[in-house]
Amino acid sequence: MLATIRTFFAQKEVLEVETPLLCSATGTDPQLDFFASFYRCKPKNKEMFLQTSPEFAMKRLLAAGSGSIFQICKAFRNAETGRFHNPEFSILEWYRVGFSLDQLMDEVAELLIKVNRQAIPNVQKISYKDIFEQVTGLNPLVFCQQSYTEYALKNGIKDAVSLCETDHSMWLDFIFSYKVQPSLTGQMLCMVYGYPAIQSSLARINQQNSLVSDRFEVFIKGVEIGNGFFELSDAVEQEQRFDLENKARKAKGLAVIKKDEKFLAALRAGLPECSGIALGLDRLLMSVADFDSLDDVIAFPFDRA
Amino acid sequence: MARYSTNEFKAGLKIMLDQDPCAIIENEFIKPGKGQAFNRVKIRNLKNGRVIERTFKSGESVEGADVMDIEVQYLYNDGEFWHFMVPDTFEQYQADSTAVEEVVKWLKEQDMCTMTLWNDSPLSVTPPNFVELAVAETDPGLKGDTSGGGGKPATMESGAVVRVPLFVQIGEMIRIDTRTGEYVSRVKE
Repeated sequence: MLATIRTFFAQKEVLEVETPLLCSATGTDPQLDFFASFYRCKPKNKEMFLQTSPEFAMKRLLAAGSGSIFQICKAFRNAETGRFHNPEFSILEWYRVGFSLDQLMDEVAELLIKVNRQAIPNVQKISYKDIFEQVTGLNPLVFCQQSYTEYALKNGIKDAVSLCETDHSMWLDFIFSYKVQPSLTGQMLCMVYGYPAIQSSLARINQQNSLVSDRFEVFIKGVEIGNGFFELSDAVEQEQRFDLENKARKAKGLAVIKKDEKFLAALRAGLPECSGIALGLDRLLMSVADFDSLDDVIAFPFDRA
Repeated sequence: MARYSTNEFKAGLKIMLDQDPCAIIENEFIKPGKGQAFNRVKIRNLKNGRVIERTFKSGESVEGADVMDIEVQYLYNDGEFWHFMVPDTFEQYQADSTAVEEVVKWLKEQDMCTMTLWNDSPLSVTPPNFVELAVAETDPGLKGDTSGGGGKPATMESGAVVRVPLFVQIGEMIRIDTRTGEYVSRVKE
């Protein structure tokens, strides 16, 4: 699988790069927990972070004029263990300078068809709003606590009512995970684009519709394999998002994270317009080999690591 | 009692939920690409045996339940309580009818059972997988029928009603699988 991926990018003249896994900064996303460590330099230790993805460093390369690049590396996410989660996992991340989100989606499909041993008869692309409405009848972009609550009570997910309360984003995560995603299990390859703006992460907000972001996710048989963005390149907006996320961290009782100034400086210097995506390689291997747990494709999963 | 984070959830863990002791049967970690993580958990209420599904926000913690299993010998029923004893220590436990409700029909004096204790008092009793009981009542057997096809109901000395082959007679000992309530074989005395 790795050989196929490397050949694929070599043919497209995308450069393979390596960036540090252990960095002096990390992301502020309140939903991503990281591993922190210390570089010993007495009397003061320097705090270092294992990266949850190589995104910031790769964007620094892009801003420095690298052109399109890809990387295969490990990523680390704390407190994520389950059938589809291992705290240490392999990522394939790539950026295409000058690509629209749609072009990137096509390239993702092209690669996945190459990698997959089973035939992929058709690639479905559907907007988040359309699939959410099809499955639930609810509008994901406009929050209505009453109709969300009624839906939850009628459809056997009443725990959502007490957990999510007035948190629109959490409601979407709950309903999407419990109801929408399972409806995708019959589809070999499905890409859901146009995620709500409140879940934009590091994607640009859509220029025609400010309620959605230029972000998509890839699902193989209902399992999420990757997350793609038309990359946010505005340093001011990026810094605001860091501040907002830090605020959310504070509200959740989490430590405030120092903003990655090297990354922000790179954005200020100018990130070329580009689209990028990270794919989880362990999950991809799992689906290609037709297993239903990461333990089947990782030699020593977390509890035996 | 210790508290457990959702990150420690696994099958078999005993936790308190809605004031009742429960055992986790299945734990699934659910996390959208960039969003809130949940733990979707299947839980058995150890008081009433009911299985429910519950979702937690990942990172939450819940109180553990002081629940443990011990091996005990069934002694006798005094009309109100069922008495059991730990053979090594002679320590005795009395279980009320709610704890033995489901299994009382399989209890035979001197048999070894598994008792689940919650805060050191009996919560439930699990009988051995196989028990040997005498048939107290059944229709007369048919001579020559050895095939076992069909069968007839028989009432055991303990009150349990089991479907047995037609050749089984009153007073005979039979072996029964308590998990399914099915007849296994006759027991030669």
